[in-house]
Amino acid sequence: MKRVVITGAGTINSLGHSVPDTLDAMREGRCGISALEFRDVERLAIQIGGQVRGFEAEGRFNRQQMTLYDRFTQFTLTAAKEAIDQSGIEFHGDLAARSGVVLGTAGGGVSTWDDNYRSVYEDGKNRVHPFVVPKLMNNAAASHVSMEHNLKGPSFTVSTACASSNHAMALAFQMVRSGAAPAMLTGGSESMLCFGGVKAWEGLRVMSKDACRPFSANRNGMVQGEGAGVFVFEEYEHARARGADILCEVVGFAMSSDASDIVMPSKQGAARAMSGALADAGLSADSVGYINAHGTGTAANDKTECAAVADVFGPHADELMISSTKSMHGHLIGGTGAVELLACIMALRDGVIAPTIGYEEPDPECALDVVPNEAREAKVDVALSNAFAFGGLNAVLALKRV
Amino acid sequence: MSISDRVIAIIAEQAVLEPSDVTPESTLEDLGIDSLGLVESIFAIEEEFDISIPFNANEPSASDFDISNVAAIIAGIEKLVSEKV
Repeated sequence: MKRVVITGAGTINSLGHSVPDTLDAMREGRCGISALEFRDVERLAIQIGGQVRGFEAEGRFNRQQMTLYDRFTQFTLTAAKEAIDQSGIEFHGDLAARSGVVLGTAGGGVSTWDDNYRSVYEDGKNRVHPFVVPKLMNNAAASHVSMEHNLKGPSFTVSTACASSNHAMALAFQMVRSGAAPAMLTGGSESMLCFGGVKAWEGLRVMSKDACRPFSANRNGMVQGEGAGVFVFEEYEHARARGADILCEVVGFAMSSDASDIVMPSKQGAARAMSGALADAGLSADSVGYINAHGTGTAANDKTECAAVADVFGPHADELMISSTKSMHGHLIGGTGAVELLACIMALRDGVIAPTIGYEEPDPECALDVVPNEAREAKVDVALSNAFAFGGLNAVLALKRV
Repeated sequence: MSISDRVIAIIAEQAVLEPSDVTPESTLEDLGIDSLGLVESIFAIEEEFDISIPFNANEPSASDFDISNVAAIIAGIEKLVSEKV
């Protein structure tokens, strides 16, 4: 089996338009959640989110590209470019033929659906733009990344709600580890912050009207975010041979299905994914210094996740740090695991643990070190990144410092 | 139908019971309505009466809307309907 390392990272989200800006914000415990701005927002009960500001897509992409790129594709291409630039990898010949793109998204081109439904239903128009379908399809982003960067190997999109990115990155990891691909672009993106996207979430009554406060006793729900995270996963010897800067190593993963409820989380399913990732990596539980939690800020998720951590880690659960950066960037749904992987990279490479901000009151059901409100310096050798989706589909990645 | 009868009909349908099996003292738990069933019932009640019920599944006890039993739910809805302009 090959070793797999991350040699490039890119992102855009409500905390920043690049990895350095995002990590600065996480270090400072800044909050990217604020009042939403889009058409008809006044008709929503939920009016906050982690919205990307100041992103001038028109300046980045030409007119023809804009007709094909939904906002989730725009985010993906922006993050992919940053990751590839940082990595310095160039896809030609055999490397291009064997390297691919696996990305996660839950909704794909949600605002393209929203705009065009509005146009035909509300405005009564009987004609839509010819590119509506290629613009909104869930694989549009993966396809455009492959076209833009000449990636001709295995490429597809994974859609498992809030675990989409982690499932995608787990598959990309598997491909590089098995030798099937020398490098993979992977991660995910989401852009649901439009009237229909938020209205649908409102219906479940799990959203907070004021803030995302994971693990805090007074938490009252999740807050949506948007953006993308994209990484270059590369075979270790390949990366070393070309002198690439290695951000961290991906050492294991596991996926599990609760097979129990369409929305309620399961402690057993989450625990099996975490312990499975450790087993896959050949690591003991007490080697883990940091967990980037799924930590949605809902009553159900946070207590279930903490109970699962206690089960998997035993007494070591009290030694490790666990934080939810959703408190800062919101829940990016299908893109969330990708942006959250950045917090793991920061912990491993820079020795800085991103905080759980908005933490106000301890909850006895979440009695772990959740790194409340302020980032912390600590040397971490192994980190886990959790994602537990609606539908009971879980995916956990294990990463290691190099 | 009175407000009470209409609410009971909605709850009974959600619980897959006859309306006569739903008493004012029944709790949602007694009726076998879980959190997802509760959210669905609230949606159906909002549609039936054209009201908005302040309910967040993360903090059921923190909202003004009491769901401790069927009588409390009916009282809450009667209040919201009377406040409707």
